[in-house]
Amino acid sequence: MPEVNVFQDYLPVMIVMGITAMFAFGAVVAGVILKPKNKYPEKLGPWECGIEPEGEADAGKFTVQFYIIAVLFVIFDVETLFLFPWAVVLDKIGMFAFIEMVLFIAILLVGFFYAWAKGALEWVK
Amino acid sequence: MIEFVLGNALIMILIKSFIAVGIVFSLPLPFTWIERKIAGHIQVRPGPMRVGFHGVLQPFADGLKLFLKEDIIPDGADKFLFRVAPYLTLIPYIAIFVAIPVAGNAYLSDMNVGVLYVLAIGGLSIYGIILGGWASNSKYALLGGLRAAAQMISYEVAMGFAVIGVIMMAQSLNMREIVEAQGGGILSWNIMPHKQLIGFYIFLVAGFAESNRIPFDIPEGEGELGGGFHTEYSGMRFSLFAMAEYAAMFSICAIGTVLYLGGWHAPHPALDVIPGFIWFIIKVVCFVYIFMWVRFSWPRYRYDQLMALGWKFLIPLGVANVLVTGLFIMLW
Amino acid sequence: MANEAVEIVGPDAGKIETREMTLNMGPQHPSTHGVLRIVLTLSGERVLNAECIIGYLHRGVEKIAESRNYHSFIPYTDRLDYMAGMSNNLSYVMAVEKLLDLEAPERAQYIRVICAELSRIAGHIVAIGASALDLGAMTVLLYGFRDREMVLDLFEMICGSRMTVNYMRIGGVSGDATEMFLKKCREFIDYLPKGLAEYEQLLTNNRIWLKRTKDVGKISAKDAIALGLGGPNLRAAGVNRDLRRDEPYLVYDKLDFRVPLRENGDVFDRYIIRIWEMRESIKIIRQCLDQMPEGPFIAQETKYSFPDRDKVKTDMESMIHHFKLVMHGITPPKGEVYFGLESPKGELGMYLVSDGGGKPYRLKIRSPSFVNLESLNTMCKDELIADVVAVIGSLDPVMGETDK
Repeated sequence: MPEVNVFQDYLPVMIVMGITAMFAFGAVVAGVILKPKNKYPEKLGPWECGIEPEGEADAGKFTVQFYIIAVLFVIFDVETLFLFPWAVVLDKIGMFAFIEMVLFIAILLVGFFYAWAKGALEWVK
Repeated sequence: MIEFVLGNALIMILIKSFIAVGIVFSLPLPFTWIERKIAGHIQVRPGPMRVGFHGVLQPFADGLKLFLKEDIIPDGADKFLFRVAPYLTLIPYIAIFVAIPVAGNAYLSDMNVGVLYVLAIGGLSIYGIILGGWASNSKYALLGGLRAAAQMISYEVAMGFAVIGVIMMAQSLNMREIVEAQGGGILSWNIMPHKQLIGFYIFLVAGFAESNRIPFDIPEGEGELGGGFHTEYSGMRFSLFAMAEYAAMFSICAIGTVLYLGGWHAPHPALDVIPGFIWFIIKVVCFVYIFMWVRFSWPRYRYDQLMALGWKFLIPLGVANVLVTGLFIMLW
Repeated sequence: MANEAVEIVGPDAGKIETREMTLNMGPQHPSTHGVLRIVLTLSGERVLNAECIIGYLHRGVEKIAESRNYHSFIPYTDRLDYMAGMSNNLSYVMAVEKLLDLEAPERAQYIRVICAELSRIAGHIVAIGASALDLGAMTVLLYGFRDREMVLDLFEMICGSRMTVNYMRIGGVSGDATEMFLKKCREFIDYLPKGLAEYEQLLTNNRIWLKRTKDVGKISAKDAIALGLGGPNLRAAGVNRDLRRDEPYLVYDKLDFRVPLRENGDVFDRYIIRIWEMRESIKIIRQCLDQMPEGPFIAQETKYSFPDRDKVKTDMESMIHHFKLVMHGITPPKGEVYFGLESPKGELGMYLVSDGGGKPYRLKIRSPSFVNLESLNTMCKDELIADVVAVIGSLDPVMGETDK
């Protein structure tokens, strides 16, 4: 295993994020300085095709129809996370680990197909 | 002595980072022009022609216009989140480039979990879109934000499965090692049918979805939502979102090049005389061209159809791809 | 099915209260084809109700007709369905001719059919292009405009104007179709099938296009009749009605053409019907060009139609007629007529009441776009927001005509 130099590997991430934020912030500030300022109520209202909106957009509970899929997503995202380390060392740990992972995936797939058959993926109508 | 080395390394990193961010920030300038020219030629019209020679100065004019646009924050908006959202979208997409090796020795960070990092940080950017949509307190923006959420939960998993196939081939999560595993001519690239063609296909579709481009530009859905999550944004904040979209497209293209198109390797060892980074750029540009070509040829999906495609087709296909790849590795 | 799953999985699912949302789509919206406003009641993205609100482009065309003499109202009709000005002209002058019991000479009738079919082609091209643009397929619109440009050039050649043509006259047309026009027209219809093939290549077999349009915005034949749907939209629902064939006017009974028919009544059918209709229009124009007789292009009826421009300057008689027509207009007998023709959008009818004076007593325009919009709610119910856009595009409303 090569030694991990956390500092050298991840410092650039921080720096790049910092520089990006700086650039972006600078652009916005430049915009704020250069922009015209001419506000009036119609301009500050939310856009709804030129008509005064009825009710607030975030005032109540909005129907999100893909709730179940969002739950499935969490499960599967974690599953892929388990697969990453397994994939890296697959040929070193051999057939046993492979079959183990096949079983793991199979169990999740059973759940997946159960949800599918139950109609969780047919959420629209 | 140690301090000196450290200081030197720090300065090097700073300079490199500045160059990298500068390049990514200025890429939209030529590429908006190129995109509009491509659109023009696909659609039997000349595209921008007025500003400068064949309209080359058009992006500068557009950029200037965005600088001078009034910056509006709607009355009912959550002011803090509204201001923060564009940064949350832009920064992760640009941070992706940290882990991408442009050539064998040209990279910002040679992190050993590069692929994981790229997927993780790419997933973060969706928060900006959802928050921007929600914070605007506009119904169209809210719908756009929700659609973005639906889109993310449909494609992240598929993309993960697609990438696992590549990792199995390379036995590494390091981007540089993944590229090196594909050395020696076009036949050892992961896009080849005997390697990860199916994985590439899944990656490509998921990539279109990740970067919010047609046929999956539903969070924007200009025909339906009139702009979707960035309906209420104007001026520079809007252009940050637009820039994020370009950065997303380039990051997907760059990741795809690294994972499937052999990174900086030439299609044939004899062509190695041309420097690696030029090959890398050529590949990325071709990849970007595909994105643009598709944009001007296809209609967009509806978002339930997109979720169905992701869950009923790409995820099972991705799982099958992982298992088949694993089986091959076991048996050979 | 989905709701069932929610109840099983979430223990609190029954208790979560969600609310409906009212969303205005239009008048300032990229996909409502002008200033159509639709008030959507939504549950999530599902449409529970879609109510059309119109009138943003109302100009009182019917009322204007009451203060213009019969001739000078013709230009106003161009502004109804501005995508197909010729059809509107034609509908109006045919109604007046019916009132006068006047018939245009045969050559004029052929020219009129050619122009009406050309405007049908232009209208359908925009309909297909715009609905594809709404669904994200931008290129079809631009290809369409390339071909529509040729139609507009033809119009310019024959009457000097491109969209607001003002070409039809009571008793004929305003100018003869020149040899050049006939030649260019033939070149155009020889070319057009290639253009149509390109649209089809981009759309008809495109999986995404099929997904977005098949089984979306369906309407049954029964509902379609009940709601008064017309034109291609009606034929897509399986109702076999086309005024050109069922109540032939002009020379349509001498021409051989088919009326395309589909039965699903979904967005895709409405799209494909338009493509097929353009092919039939090509056939019709070709036959007209072949059969076109020589002769006058306007009825030699001095009481109703303007005399030749040169004669006005040299011939006393003609000058008097010209003066009378300009100053007093025509004075048709008392009575009322209805004339409907098959415009690109459906049955375009003009109901004209005359009190024997120089101006219409009342003009009622039955505009197909207005009637077609009635069906929007039926089509959009239980679909998603994205489908509303597809349905509007497939209905092809032109607001100039809807709001009059």
